[in-house]
Amino acid sequence: MTELSATAGRAVEAALAAGAGAAEAYVSHEGGREIRVHGGEVESLTAAAQSGVGVRAWIGGRVGYAYGTDLSASGVAAIAARAAEAAAVADEDEFAAPAEPTTIEALPGLSDPSVGSWGTAEAAELALTVERTALAHDARVAGVEQVVYADSSDRVAISSSAGVAGEYEASSCFAYLQAMAEGEGARETGLGFGLARGPAGLDPEAIGAEGAERAVAMIGAAKPASRSCPVVLDPTVAASFAGLIGGALGAAAVQRGRSPFADRLDEELAAEALVLHDDGRDPAGAASAPFDAEGVPRRRTALIEGGRLRAYLYDTYSANRGGAASTGNASRQGYRSQPVVAASNLVVGTGTETLAELLARAGEGIFVTDVAGLHSGVNPVTGVFSVGASGRMIRAGEPAEPVREFTIAGDLLSLLRSVEAAGAESRWVPFGGSVRTPPLLVGALAVSGS
Amino acid sequence: MSELLDPAVAERVLARALANGGRFAEVFAERRHGLSMSIDESRIEAVQSGAEQGAGVRVVEGGTTYFAHVDGLDPADLERAADEAAAALKGERSEPRGLTAVASTPLPIEQRPEDVPAERKAALLRELDERARGAGAEISQFTSSYAEARREVAVANSEGLLSGDDRTRTRIGAQAVARRGDTVETGAETLGAHRGFELLEDDPGLIAEQAAGKALTLLDAGPAPSGSMPVVVGGGFGGVLFHEMTGHGLEADHIHKQASVYVGRLGRQVAQPLLNAYDDGRLPNEWGSDAIDDEGTPTQKTQVIEDGRLVAYLYDHLSAERDGVASTGNGRRESFRHLPLPRMTNTYIAPGDATPEGMIAEVENGFYAVSFAGGQVEPATGDFVFGVSEGYLIEGGKVTRPCRGATLIGNCLEALMAIDAVGDDFFMKTGICGKGGQRVPVGTGQGHVRVGAMTVGGTEL
Repeated sequence: MTELSATAGRAVEAALAAGAGAAEAYVSHEGGREIRVHGGEVESLTAAAQSGVGVRAWIGGRVGYAYGTDLSASGVAAIAARAAEAAAVADEDEFAAPAEPTTIEALPGLSDPSVGSWGTAEAAELALTVERTALAHDARVAGVEQVVYADSSDRVAISSSAGVAGEYEASSCFAYLQAMAEGEGARETGLGFGLARGPAGLDPEAIGAEGAERAVAMIGAAKPASRSCPVVLDPTVAASFAGLIGGALGAAAVQRGRSPFADRLDEELAAEALVLHDDGRDPAGAASAPFDAEGVPRRRTALIEGGRLRAYLYDTYSANRGGAASTGNASRQGYRSQPVVAASNLVVGTGTETLAELLARAGEGIFVTDVAGLHSGVNPVTGVFSVGASGRMIRAGEPAEPVREFTIAGDLLSLLRSVEAAGAESRWVPFGGSVRTPPLLVGALAVSGS
Repeated sequence: MSELLDPAVAERVLARALANGGRFAEVFAERRHGLSMSIDESRIEAVQSGAEQGAGVRVVEGGTTYFAHVDGLDPADLERAADEAAAALKGERSEPRGLTAVASTPLPIEQRPEDVPAERKAALLRELDERARGAGAEISQFTSSYAEARREVAVANSEGLLSGDDRTRTRIGAQAVARRGDTVETGAETLGAHRGFELLEDDPGLIAEQAAGKALTLLDAGPAPSGSMPVVVGGGFGGVLFHEMTGHGLEADHIHKQASVYVGRLGRQVAQPLLNAYDDGRLPNEWGSDAIDDEGTPTQKTQVIEDGRLVAYLYDHLSAERDGVASTGNGRRESFRHLPLPRMTNTYIAPGDATPEGMIAEVENGFYAVSFAGGQVEPATGDFVFGVSEGYLIEGGKVTRPCRGATLIGNCLEALMAIDAVGDDFFMKTGICGKGGQRVPVGTGQGHVRVGAMTVGGTEL
């Protein structure tokens, strides 16, 4: 048994000794680095190491949580005792229980050795290449606000008094930049990014070029007139909306009447063109793992298919409550957070048309390449949204002049019904969680501008 | 402070951090613990207790910052962080100055939250739940959360500074869902301060009724209008408008990267003469206040807009050094695991002489944004958005019907210049501000403010 699993086991025993009837411990160790580059120089270089434990304790149907960084025997015992104390404060909930142990299949492909083998100078050079490429890509690129490169190697172990035991290792890596272009008396920005399991999987030239192209494309952007029109959502934008939909399909929100999808299982609520899966086992997806945050195997779940709502996402608690089985969607952001139900990787189904064909089908409309204000402009309970947007007009089926400073508004259910086509090519996007999506053609959305 | 960071250990750590050169080194030590819980479906749940301690060491040489952080506060942990930060440098050893402890006075906490039994906090949430559900039969769901957090910090640097702070924040939030047939609406309210449990002595249940009231009001809402129109922004969290529109663009790191629309505008008129605005990290017990910033600089009150002229940027240690000015005490970080950045503390538009009623009466057709769910800005372009959580139409100088789902959108420079009335009804609210992946508590404030023209993004064309 590794040290991590041993620590998790000790934490479980300590919680039981402190009066818990059942307990679960999640221990993680993360080692990583972050490199920020600006003006041809390394601006900052961060070496990060952190370890911690999070303990859930049950006293009957009362559950409490505690976490901490002190992994010594006495430290772990103190954390476990605090979890039991916390449980004593909570109210009884008949559905609260630890996950039942099931066979966990290994999931290869989560670690890329290049995270460990690339030296800092090599990784810094990758970030510098991103910046250089963006600056050289177009004379109108006036600067790069920042290039950020980060990678990490994480180990996770889980153990519970119910018999759950598992451990895995995963690496991750990303780079992004914010390029700035100047023209027509204004400054525009453009984001370029790449995601992989290790630096060897990143293409710095492509990342730099994307940022430059997005910034330059916005030069001369003006406010469009208010209208209702067809809209093509770029994958970065489609991902944000997929994330909102995936969030609202979590059984916790549904069961508590705080989701626009409550009481709609099997209902025909989406256009045929919109297919959505949750896939926690695709090694390319950042959220993939052999098991979820409470030790239940990750899996693939069809959410919207054939125009119908096929399933909600469950963790153990919401599954107990809903008379369903967990879909392996307990999620946590490290040891500091107790598990909650959430999408793993959302995968939007592809269609057959290229982006150019989607624009041609839209005819007269707007190609939305960026949205802003999702955290404040979307009501997750009602699904009503109004978010800031920028992009390009679509005229006679072709991308035309850039537009900015407008909003697109509607509600998630109407949006699902008005998706007319999905593009043939999809990409992984780190917005809305971890999402793989093609561009989407939406029949009509309200656009507010001048 | 001395308990967190022994001066002799700190000197040794700084010397090790500079073992391979560097013109500046700093060690930041922190111990944090917190408790949170919530009520949902009238049941206390998500009771959570956390405790972390660790340190971050940075070394600066040329334009590069080398940073490492570790868990734990033993001398060996701190030395490990120093060695890791120094590992990538290749120069000659430099010597830190001897440390001189600077006394700071942490904000007074009357009743330490950790001394209050957890059951009393649970009872408080039950009271909020009853108050919200008592506000109307159409309240179908109510959730409320309680959170307390204490951060003890100490910082020492190679220029001889040694200081510390002890910060306790308490906050409650309430969210209500109202339902009438197929219509569902939500309302939210928060109360928070850099204070202890005494914050909740008065009438904490009021926020539950306020949240419920907003949700109930919105049941009668129609779609929000679209297009450009005069907008009257409510007091308190309405100050998030200034926070996003101007505050972020004044943070010196954005200025240095030419990534702010306020570059080159110092001393210039950016607003009407009626506008005065401040960043003030010393407001007594305000949510965004601290005794010192996270680099040991005492917090201060900085006027950023004087009679419509831009008069100051917001600096941390390194950006101030670069401009040859003094830090404004705005070097803040989320935790010992993060590098400090120039960040706002409490940012506000000072009270003016207009009345809310008067500025609304002057609007023929417009929008009244009473409260916001939040906002976002791209400092380099100045483009911003704000999600309105409670908004109304203004017709013929009167507030008429409530509107759902509106976002305000615009560009900083135009919108700031378009503020043509500032109200006398000033107050502050709490916010959590994200930048560079770091979240810090900030205060925002103002009285009612009117923007002559701004785009309202609704669905009614």
